[in-house]
Formats: sequence, C-alpha cells, structure tokens
Amino acid sequence: MQFGFLLEQVVNGLVLGGYYLLIALGLSLIFSVGGIVNLAHGAFYALGAYVSVEITKYLGFGSAIVLSPIAVALLGILFERFILRRFYDADPILSLLVTFGLAMVTEQAIRIIWGAPPISAAIPQSFRGSVFLGDFLFSRYRLLILAVVAAVLLGVWLLLHKTSFGRVVRAGIQRPDMVAALGIRLQPYMTAIVMLGVGMAALGGAFFAPITIVHPAMGAEIITVAFVVVVIGGLGSFWGVVLAAMLVGVVRGITIHFAPAAGEASIYVLMFLVLMVRPRGLLGERIEKFE
Amino acid sequence: MTRYSRRTLLKAGAAFAGASAIGSPAILRAQAARIKIGHLVPLTGFLGAIGSYAQLGVKMAAEEINASGGIMGKQIDLMSEDSVNPATASTKAQRMIEQDGAVLLFGEISSASSLTIMQVAERNKKVFFSTGARSDALRGKDCNRYSFHCDIPNTVMVNAVGTALNQKGMVKGKKFVTLTADYIFGHDLLKAAKAFFSANDATLIGDELIATDVTDFSPYLLKVRQAKPDVVCCNLAGNQVTNLVKQYAEFGFPYPLVGFNLNTGDAWAMGEGNLSGTWPTVWYHTLDNPASKAFVEAFSKKYGKPPENHAWIEYITLKMIAQAITDTKSTESDALIAYFEKQTQFDIMKSRKGYFRSWDHQLVQEAYPFTVKPKGEMKDKWDMLVLGEAVPAAGAELEAIYPTKTQNPCNMKA
Repeated sequence: MQFGFLLEQVVNGLVLGGYYLLIALGLSLIFSVGGIVNLAHGAFYALGAYVSVEITKYLGFGSAIVLSPIAVALLGILFERFILRRFYDADPILSLLVTFGLAMVTEQAIRIIWGAPPISAAIPQSFRGSVFLGDFLFSRYRLLILAVVAAVLLGVWLLLHKTSFGRVVRAGIQRPDMVAALGIRLQPYMTAIVMLGVGMAALGGAFFAPITIVHPAMGAEIITVAFVVVVIGGLGSFWGVVLAAMLVGVVRGITIHFAPAAGEASIYVLMFLVLMVRPRGLLGERIEKFE
Repeated sequence: MTRYSRRTLLKAGAAFAGASAIGSPAILRAQAARIKIGHLVPLTGFLGAIGSYAQLGVKMAAEEINASGGIMGKQIDLMSEDSVNPATASTKAQRMIEQDGAVLLFGEISSASSLTIMQVAERNKKVFFSTGARSDALRGKDCNRYSFHCDIPNTVMVNAVGTALNQKGMVKGKKFVTLTADYIFGHDLLKAAKAFFSANDATLIGDELIATDVTDFSPYLLKVRQAKPDVVCCNLAGNQVTNLVKQYAEFGFPYPLVGFNLNTGDAWAMGEGNLSGTWPTVWYHTLDNPASKAFVEAFSKKYGKPPENHAWIEYITLKMIAQAITDTKSTESDALIAYFEKQTQFDIMKSRKGYFRSWDHQLVQEAYPFTVKPKGEMKDKWDMLVLGEAVPAAGAELEAIYPTKTQNPCNMKA
C-alpha cells in the first residue's frame, strides 16, 4: 500500500514537472542563445494566465489555451526587438537589471488593468474530477496538461534537432562567431527563440490559471522554481532541462509524502547537491562564451 | 558598455542624500496641524490579495472623515504602506512612530506581522489596532496594553463553523484531516480545532503543515485521499485557501471540504463552482442593516465592486479611532486606552453593537457561518455566500463564543 502511494506521488511529480518545464525550457533557450537571464519570464507567464482568463470569457477555454500563448508570443517580438536586442553584447548585469525592471513594470501594469485583487477562473466542467486506474488516481485536468506538454516538447525537440532552423540555433549557442562568419545573422533566430520561450511560459500560465490563484505577483512566484530547474538541468541541454523539471517535481512530491513541512525546501537542497557534484548542472554543456 | 566611475556614483549619492535632507523638514512643517495615522497591511505575498481590499476600505474612511472636516478640525494624514513581512512590518511601524510622527497605528492581516507591530507599539507606548490578524495568542498570552484586536479570533471561527457542522451531524464520531498554514496563525488555529474535535468526539487522523508560498497542493491532496477521512478541514490562510479550494475541486474528492478560516476576497478569486462546504466569516456585504447597506452602496459606487470583509474592518476601525479621538479630545495613548476600556459601544454594521473587552482588548461582535449559494440564485458574481444565523444566537450573551478569562491567558502589564 505504502509503495502504491509513493508511486502515485512520483507520477504526480512527473506531471508537475511537465508544468515547470513549460516555463523553464524557454528560460533556458533564451539564456543559451542570447546569454540573457530573463527575469521577466515570469511576467509572461502571468500575462498568459490573465489573457487566457479574458479570452475564456468570450470564446471559451479551448480558444484561450491556443490564443493566449500566441498573443503573448507576439508581445515577445516587441520585447526582443526593442529591449533584449540592445543587451546581447552588454555586461550581463545590465540585462539582468532591465528584465528585472520589466518584470516589475508588467506586474504593475497587470495591477492597473485588472486590479490588485485576484481574478477568478475555473476548469471547464468536462475536465473536472479524477480518473482512476485501479487504485491509482490522476487529476483529469492534469492529464490534459501532461498530454499538451508532451506534444509541445516533441515539437520543440523536432524544431531544434531536425530542421535547419534548429541547426543554426544550436550552432549559435556554441559558436556565434562561426555562425556569423558563415554569413548567417542570428538576430531573426533570436526573435523566434524569444517568441517560442515566452509563448511556452504563457501556455503554462493559461493552463494553471484555472487551478491556482490568478494575481499580479504570480509571475514572481513561479520564476524561482523555473530558475532552479534551469540550474539543475544545465545550460544548452534540452534533455537536461526536461530531466531537471521531472526530478524537481518528483523530489518535491516524495518529500511532501514523508516530511510535508520540508516540501518547498527540498528542491533547493536538490539544487545544492547537484551543484556540488556537477557545477555545470546535470547535462550542462561547456559553452565557451559563458566560461 | 558604459561603466560609471566611483566618483560619479559618489556625487549622485551625495546629491540624493542632500535633496532628501532639504526636502523632509519642509514636509514636516506643512503637515504639523494634521493628525498622522500609520496604516500597514500586506499588499504582496500570500495575503496581498485581501490586503488590497483593506487598503480600499481605509482610504475611503479617511476621505470621508477629511471631507466632513476631519477630527476636531484637523485633517487625517493617513500613511498606508505594504507591511511585506514580520521584520519589515516592525521596521516600518517603528519608523512611522519615530520619524513620521504617527500618533497611533492600525492594520495588518498576518498574525506574525501583527505580533511584531504589537511589540513596537508597546515599546513606544503607542496604540495599535490589529485589524485582520486572527491568532488567539495575540489577544492571549502575547497581549499587551497598547494593542487592540478587531477581527474575530481563531477560537470564535472554530466555534462559529463548529456549531453549524454539529447541527449537520458532521462532527461527532467523524474522522478529520486538516491542512494547516505553517506559521503562527495556522498553528494557533490547529490548536483551537483540536480542542473543538476532542470536545465533540471527533478524531483528527492527519494534519499537513503547508508553507505559505505553496501554490501546488497536489501532493498534499494525494495524502488526504490516502488517509480516507470523513471530512477535510482547511486551516490555511490567504492565497493558500484559494489555491487549495481550486485544486480540491479539480481532483473532485468525495470528502466534504470545510474550513475554519476564509476571507471573502479569497472566495471571490476561486472561480465558478469550486467552493463548497461550511466556513466562517466576520462580515459580508449582504448583511441586512442600514449602516451596512449605506456603506456597501457608497463603496460599490466608488470602486465598482462591493467591499470585502477587510475593506469593512479597516473602514470601521478608522471610524472608531476618529470617534475616540473626537470624544476624548486627545491623541494620547492613555486617554484612548481608557476610552476603549470603558467598553464603549460602536455601531459596526451588524445587528448588535460591538465593544472592546476591557481585559483582553478583543472587539466582541457577532460572527457568521456560511455555505455557498447555488449558481442559479446568485444575483451577481459577488453574491456567493448564504449566511447562516449569527453566532451567538440572538438573545445569548455576545461574549458566549469568546474564550473566557480562565481560558484566555491574557495578562496585561499596567
């Protein structure tokens, strides 16, 4: 019986990991390609949630899940063109400051537009409740999230590994100078990566709006976990982030099973241990420009 | 890239310091004829959502008082800030008294922050009205002469909901699992809940302590199912309650969810069809009495939404303070404490008047259990709750639901 309960926590942790992944993968890509630590990433997650709640009112939940990430990704173009682009070659502290500032500006903008009190959102009736497999229990809604995350993951992997777009991006991570020498401008690629990254964060926000509180500071709450995932996974590695997200979800679940009060601390302990053994993260590659 | 030299930074720093040194005395002079009141409430963190309602209530009260000529002809200068966390709350409280010249302080929702402000108030011999903190300990073992408590304490919330649950046969012989906020408030509430369970033949088969910043409750919910309780009981606070209720509805467990703490703002944020069960509240905008109706109408007109219970409590508190200063013609702590210790009665928009109990400074007032309105009967999205009969029942002594002198270890130093 005890084992069954534990397995349930592991599976639930994997699902939760999938949700962390939506936010962390974009963060990792933007850092790997552009060298920018995007502290505003959480703000796009929050925007994704708010925009999806608005769209749900008029067009329903299905449309909101599709349209909200697209809307936020379009915003990502402006973000990249007018802000990030100026900081690729600058001291990293400057991009840190500008994205931190942007996170605050976005949070306040949300406060001005939607008000400081949280807004309400609910799961569509058809996705409520749990599915039982024997004694095993899954939240129906989280299964939906898991399916979508898996599809997105596959899509991003194919994009990065099976297309010419992906080849340029991966080359750009390792040797931007060589890519430039071959006459390829990395900037349009960077725009696309930022769109993809913030779009995924917005998708995470849209999916979590019905099951967590939607309030202006929600972006700041998620960004820390996302960073922990990126740090554990290691930079430049697609599978590193995937592995780390799952690991964080599972470790948190198991810790809560045995010692509930230590649940939130466990992921930081995990990060500490990983960094002790592998300072570059689990599957992190050596990236010359960051050394 | 540009690097600023140390010299430039130094100059900028000096200019900034200089400007603030020249600027502040002018401000002090201009406001000498005003009554300065410090207000702290969490605007960020897990209580920030309900704190934002509190700030709307207090602003409206201050504007009304000032528009009608102020207190004894002096305008109120309300300094309202984000209390952030217990350490910052204490620092800001100290600064408001020492540097900004606040004659008294009020506000706060977090019991942990309220406790630190209470200590500042006592040290500086200034009155502090703790408006939204509910921990029993604040008006019990940690009580002090300078602190007054407006919200209902945990024991009263447990009694209010417990009475209603008992009537439905949901307590005697039942197995409970509780989810508890891991800070002073939650610990305190769990203690009150345990006392209630053991007095009513219920068993507590599991308790989960949950950090205040948790947003995903799924691992805890799995544990709840493993325990197979008869009733699940929520002892959480602020955003935690909203998150739990949303995710409880997501998993769709068959065990009824009830709770000993809920603020209307958290309920409004939950989304359609998510909330069920029996919960306590201290005030709701559908209460049927003239003062309450007038307040709800004015507030809704100003802000486009009805007041939440924290908006109400900040509003009545500032009005009580204004009345006390007017009646005593003083902002001195001793005069104000004596005035409230006379158990002066106040109209607090309920059918029975309230008063601060002289020996523990608790605002004695009615409380209400509530259940959730079926969707078809809601007039608007704010009209979510069906209030039960006020507790204590009409005719009973108002203090009946509050801890007695023997139960409450409050011992104030003179």
